[in-house]
Amino acid sequence: MAAQDVAIKASSDTLFSGSSRASRRNMGQFIRWALLFSGGVLMVMPIVFMLSTSLKFPFEVYNLNLIPEEPTIENYTYVLEDGRFYHWFWNSLIVATLTTISAVFFDALVGYALCKFRFPGRYLIFIAILSTLMIPTEMLVIPWYLMSKSFGWLDTYWGIMFPGIMTAFGTFLMKQFFETVPDDFLEAARIDGLNEFQIWWQVAMPLVRPALAALAIFVFLGNWTAFIWPLIVTNSADMYTLPVGLSSFGDEVDVAWELIMTGAAISTLPTLVVFLVFQRFIIRGVVMAGLKG
Amino acid sequence: MATLSLRNLVKTYGKVEVLHGISLDVADGEFVVFVGPSGCGKSTTLRMIAGLEEVSGGEIRIGERLVNDLEPKDRDIAMVFQNYAIYPHMSVRKNIGFGLRTAKMPKADKEKRIEEVAAILGMGDLLERRPNQLSGGQRQRVAIGRAMVRDPAVFLFDEPLSNLDAQLRTQMRLEIKKLHQRVGNTIIFVTHDQVEAMTMADRIVIMKDGYIQQVGTPLEVYHKPANTFVAQFIGAPSMNMLPGTWTGGGVRLADGLGIELPRRNATEGAEVVLGLRPDDLLVTDRKGLFSGTVNIVEPLGADTLVYVGVNGHEVIAKASGREPPQPGQTVELTADAGEMHLFDAASGEALP
Repeated sequence: MAAQDVAIKASSDTLFSGSSRASRRNMGQFIRWALLFSGGVLMVMPIVFMLSTSLKFPFEVYNLNLIPEEPTIENYTYVLEDGRFYHWFWNSLIVATLTTISAVFFDALVGYALCKFRFPGRYLIFIAILSTLMIPTEMLVIPWYLMSKSFGWLDTYWGIMFPGIMTAFGTFLMKQFFETVPDDFLEAARIDGLNEFQIWWQVAMPLVRPALAALAIFVFLGNWTAFIWPLIVTNSADMYTLPVGLSSFGDEVDVAWELIMTGAAISTLPTLVVFLVFQRFIIRGVVMAGLKG
Repeated sequence: MATLSLRNLVKTYGKVEVLHGISLDVADGEFVVFVGPSGCGKSTTLRMIAGLEEVSGGEIRIGERLVNDLEPKDRDIAMVFQNYAIYPHMSVRKNIGFGLRTAKMPKADKEKRIEEVAAILGMGDLLERRPNQLSGGQRQRVAIGRAMVRDPAVFLFDEPLSNLDAQLRTQMRLEIKKLHQRVGNTIIFVTHDQVEAMTMADRIVIMKDGYIQQVGTPLEVYHKPANTFVAQFIGAPSMNMLPGTWTGGGVRLADGLGIELPRRNATEGAEVVLGLRPDDLLVTDRKGLFSGTVNIVEPLGADTLVYVGVNGHEVIAKASGREPPQPGQTVELTADAGEMHLFDAASGEALP
C-alpha cells in the first residue's frame, strides 16, 4: 500500500513538473512573440502613418488618427499629374540603378583581387579601404562639393553619382564572400583556359550571387533614399532626385505633408520591386553545391 | 598522349625549400601514382606540373616541350581536384563542355564529344542535371569527364577519391583504372592512400619531406623497399621492425635471439633493423623463430591479425581466421628467411 502511495506521488510529481515545464515554455514563447510583435509594429507604424497621411486632406494632416475621417485619393492624383514628380522619379531611378551597377561591379572586382591575388601591399590597401568606413558622410560632402565644382560636375548625374560608384563596405563584403569560394574552382577554370577576368566573371561571380544581391539591395536603397548629397550637389529642380524633390513640396509658410507622404508612398514601389527581384538570390546559396557532398 | 619529365625540380616558399630537386621520367601512357604522408610534396609537385605553382628550379617537360613558363591552359594537361571543383551554376553538359569553349571546333562536334564522354562515364541521362542534384560519385565522374573531354596529353588527379566513402572509393578506383586502359593517356595520380597507389599504379613514386624515397612497380616497392620509410609506409599493417646486430650470418636481436639470414651487404657488428611484414610472420603450432604472448586479436574474416608481445616489443603476425589464438595465450611465430628485410639502423637504407 505504501509502495503504491509512493508510486502515485512520484507520477503526480512527474506530471506536475511536466506541466510546469510546459507552462514555462509557453510563457517564454509568449514573451518572444510579444517582443517580435512590438518590433513589427514599430517598423510598420511609420509606413501605415505614411499611407494614412497620403489619404488625408490638408486640414486633417496634424490629427494623428490612422484612419482618415474623409479619405481621398486627391493627393495621388495631384502628385501623379505633376510633371516634376516623374522627372524626379526618373532622376532617382537613373542615379540609383547606375550607381548600383557600378558599385556591385567595382566592389566585387576589388574584393576579388584583394581576396584571391597575392601582391605586395595587399593588406595595406585593404586596411586603407576599410578605414574610409570610419569617416562620416558629413565630413566628406565639402571635399566632394569642391571637387564637383572644380570638375564642373555640379547639377549633373555624374556629380550625384560619383561618391557612390564604389563603396568600402561593398568591397569588404565581397572580399569576405570570395573567401568562401574555394581556389579549386578558379584553378580548374585556369586550366580550362580562362583568363583572370573571365575566371572572375564566369566562375567566381556566379558563386557569390547571394552576396551580390544583398549588396545590390543595400546600394540601391542607399542611393534611392539619399538626401544630403543630392540636395547639396543639385541646384535646379530638373536635377532633383525624388527625396530632394519631395522635400520641396509646399511653400514658405507650410509644408505639404500629405503630398510628401503621397510621393514617399509611390517611391517605395521600386524598392519593393528591387527587393522582390533579388531576395531569391539571397535565399539560394549555391557555393557549396559543386563541392564535396 | 605524351611523356613527362621532371629534372631537379625545386620548390621554395620564401626561404623554405619544400621540394629538393626531384627527378622522374614518366613514359607515354604510364599510370604513375605519387604517394606519401601529408606535407611530403606530392601535391606541390602535381601543381607545379599543372602550372598552378611556379617552378623555383629545375625543368618540367611534357613531351619534348619545356613547360616551366607556360600557362596551365597551354600545357595540354587536365586536372581532377579533390573537391571535384565542378561549377555549381552549370549543368553537367556545360561542366563537361567547359574545357571545349576555347577549342576551335564546330558546335556539333563539341556536342558529340560531350555525349561521347558522358556515355563512357555512364552519365548520358544526367547531362541536364545540376551538380547539387548528383551524388558524390556522380560529381566525381563529371569532374573526370571535364578533364577527359579535352583529350589532354597528361591527366593530373589530386587525391580525387578522398571525399568518397569506402565502397564508392573502391568502385571509382576500378573505373579510373578501366578508363586508363581504355583511353591510354599518361596519368599522374596523387594520393596519401597506399592501397590506392598499390591497386592502380603502373609505377609508384613514394615521397617524404620533399624527396623521392623510391620509384618502382607496386610489387617492387612492396617486396624490395628501399628504406625503412618505404617498408613501413607500403603495406597494411606496417612492417614489424626489430632492432639488432649483424653477425655475419644473421641478426642477433636486442633480446639476444639469433635469426639466420642469407648473406647481406653489411659489416659484422653493424647495427641493423630486421623487417618482417605481418603477412610473412605467421602463428604456427610448431617451434617457431620466437614466441610471445598475444595482446590483442583483430579478426578480419579470412585471416586474423595478432598483436604479440615479444621480449618488450610488440609485433603483428597473421593467424588463421577460423581458429585464432586468444589474448593471453603464448604463441610461436615463424617466417621464411627469404621474406625478411634488413636495413641499416643509422641510415634506414635497405641492405641487399
